[in-house]
Amino acid sequence: MRLLLIAPILIPFFAAVAALTAWRRRPLQRAFGIAGSVGLLLAAAGLFESVRHHGIQSVQIGHWPAPFGITLVADLFSAVMVLTAGVVGAAVAFYSLGSLDPERESFGYHPLVQILLMGVCGAFLTGDIFNLYVWFEVMLMASFVLLALGGERAQMEGALKYVTLNLISSALFLAAVGILYGVAGTLNMADLSRKLPEVPSGLVTTLAMLFLVAFGIKAAVFPLFFWLPASYHVPPVTVTALFSGLLTKVGVYALIRIFTLLFVHDTGYTHPLLLAIAGMTMVTGVLGAVAQIDFRRLLSFHIVSQIGYLLMGLGLFTPLALAGTVFFMVHVIFSKAALFLVSGVVCRIAGTYDLKKLGGLYRTAPGLSLLFLIPALSLAGMPPLSGFVAKLALIEAGLATAQYAVVAVALGVSILTLFSMMKIWTEAFWKNPPEPERPREEKSAAPRLLIAPISALAILIIILGLAAGPLMEIAAQAAEQLLHPEGYVESVLGGIQ
Amino acid sequence: MISLILRTATHFLFTIMLQFSLFLLLRGHNEPGGGFVAGLMAAGGFALYTIAYDVAATRQALRVDPRTLIAVGLAIAAGSGLLSLMKGSPFMTGEWGHLRLPYLERLNIGTPLLFDTGVYLTVIGVTLMIILSLAEE
Repeated sequence: MRLLLIAPILIPFFAAVAALTAWRRRPLQRAFGIAGSVGLLLAAAGLFESVRHHGIQSVQIGHWPAPFGITLVADLFSAVMVLTAGVVGAAVAFYSLGSLDPERESFGYHPLVQILLMGVCGAFLTGDIFNLYVWFEVMLMASFVLLALGGERAQMEGALKYVTLNLISSALFLAAVGILYGVAGTLNMADLSRKLPEVPSGLVTTLAMLFLVAFGIKAAVFPLFFWLPASYHVPPVTVTALFSGLLTKVGVYALIRIFTLLFVHDTGYTHPLLLAIAGMTMVTGVLGAVAQIDFRRLLSFHIVSQIGYLLMGLGLFTPLALAGTVFFMVHVIFSKAALFLVSGVVCRIAGTYDLKKLGGLYRTAPGLSLLFLIPALSLAGMPPLSGFVAKLALIEAGLATAQYAVVAVALGVSILTLFSMMKIWTEAFWKNPPEPERPREEKSAAPRLLIAPISALAILIIILGLAAGPLMEIAAQAAEQLLHPEGYVESVLGGIQ
Repeated sequence: MISLILRTATHFLFTIMLQFSLFLLLRGHNEPGGGFVAGLMAAGGFALYTIAYDVAATRQALRVDPRTLIAVGLAIAAGSGLLSLMKGSPFMTGEWGHLRLPYLERLNIGTPLLFDTGVYLTVIGVTLMIILSLAEE
């Protein structure tokens, strides 16, 4: 049990170390990359099962008792996130075997991906807010290099914006952590949750806002999202898929964690604000997407828009809404990763991401078209796919709390999402190719290594939709744990009073 | 620039710096010191060697690739934490053993020293990788 909690961090770490020793030996690096990702997936599945059956688990690293040492905690939400990260990590690892160029691979792509996964899992599992900062940095360091790896001109431009914004966010985060320590005298999140009610409420709200800005930049919420569409379309598609699936979601995870565990003293002020941000994020993201004609830029704007839905559940702050957020998180990570991976295959077949130059893929690659439609329709919220269930829960929760404005926004944004997914469909897949004399050799069939991970994600999306009942049950349990942090605090601090 | 004075001095300083780095590493056991600063000291020695000679000579003196040092160091550091898992304690718990040496009092040796050694190697590896690749530019 103790091993299970630390395994999602250690497995990618050792895989990265092993890949580091195999520098410039591509087959070995690939083997270690796959081994790490698959190992992480298995460990995550084990952790998820264990948490589901035995409740919240925690381990005190180095046997230092709770408020003093670093604690790793896995509640159901953390376990779900780690499992989702494991799935995306494995899918991307297999996909990159078939798609990545040898230069990037021999310059450390595989160890970097493992370090990124380690950082992500560490952020999901830690129970200490300073340790959370450290995991963010681990993750960001790896992501900086992954973004710039290859050194193309466009990549450098994107990386510059990404690095600058993330450094600002990290500085704010660190400052907020410092002030938090100053006022509360502890950084253990469970301990903070007990001690913050004694701190003057105005000070806590100020801190909450500071954290909101810091994590808001990382999560790409309105009005701090502009770095995302500017940088996510530049690296290789595997990197984009990994980023879109995991990085912004870690920001959202952190927001959910602190606004359920720490900053719940004044929900009348903070949570309507979150709701307003959620609405604005949805609208601006989707409007930005409508104007795009580049496959990946369009999808990047959709990441922003979907973040809005995640925050909507947090802002509503009811059991059903949070359950919806948890479910939506899993759904959107799978769908987005699948869509980006499809865009990579499209580019490989047709040689471009430009929707204007694409066309006729329905005829040349019918299987791929189906694989595009499943996550695309799911993202738009079509029944019986996963997006429908997630949005239904959020909208029901919105109606139950009489937040009609945000419900209307969510529904409107769904239609616009459907519109822009259909735009990709008609432009890239349905319409006749604009230049039929394109050389034949470009239209090579997509290798099975590229199709298999996308198929796996598509199947998962369908399963999420069809088995919504039992899975929603788990999400509801996770939401219950989030709304009643006593269990979390008890697990970390034990009998200490 | 080749300087005879620097080269001659480096011969002495290099050994002293390496020895001092080992001293710092062991001293970190109970007093100020430890793997990080010891690693910097050792890397400083190699940097001096690079200035007095050149990158190729340093690589030859180092014998292993800095990247390998990083990997080995990281593996040792994390591995030191794994030992406690086998005993059923949480990850990274310090495990201690005793060594009886002639002429010395009882010596406590534990996994923290192993961890420090890992840090030591990693810091040498990282610093030298940066210095050597900058020097090669």
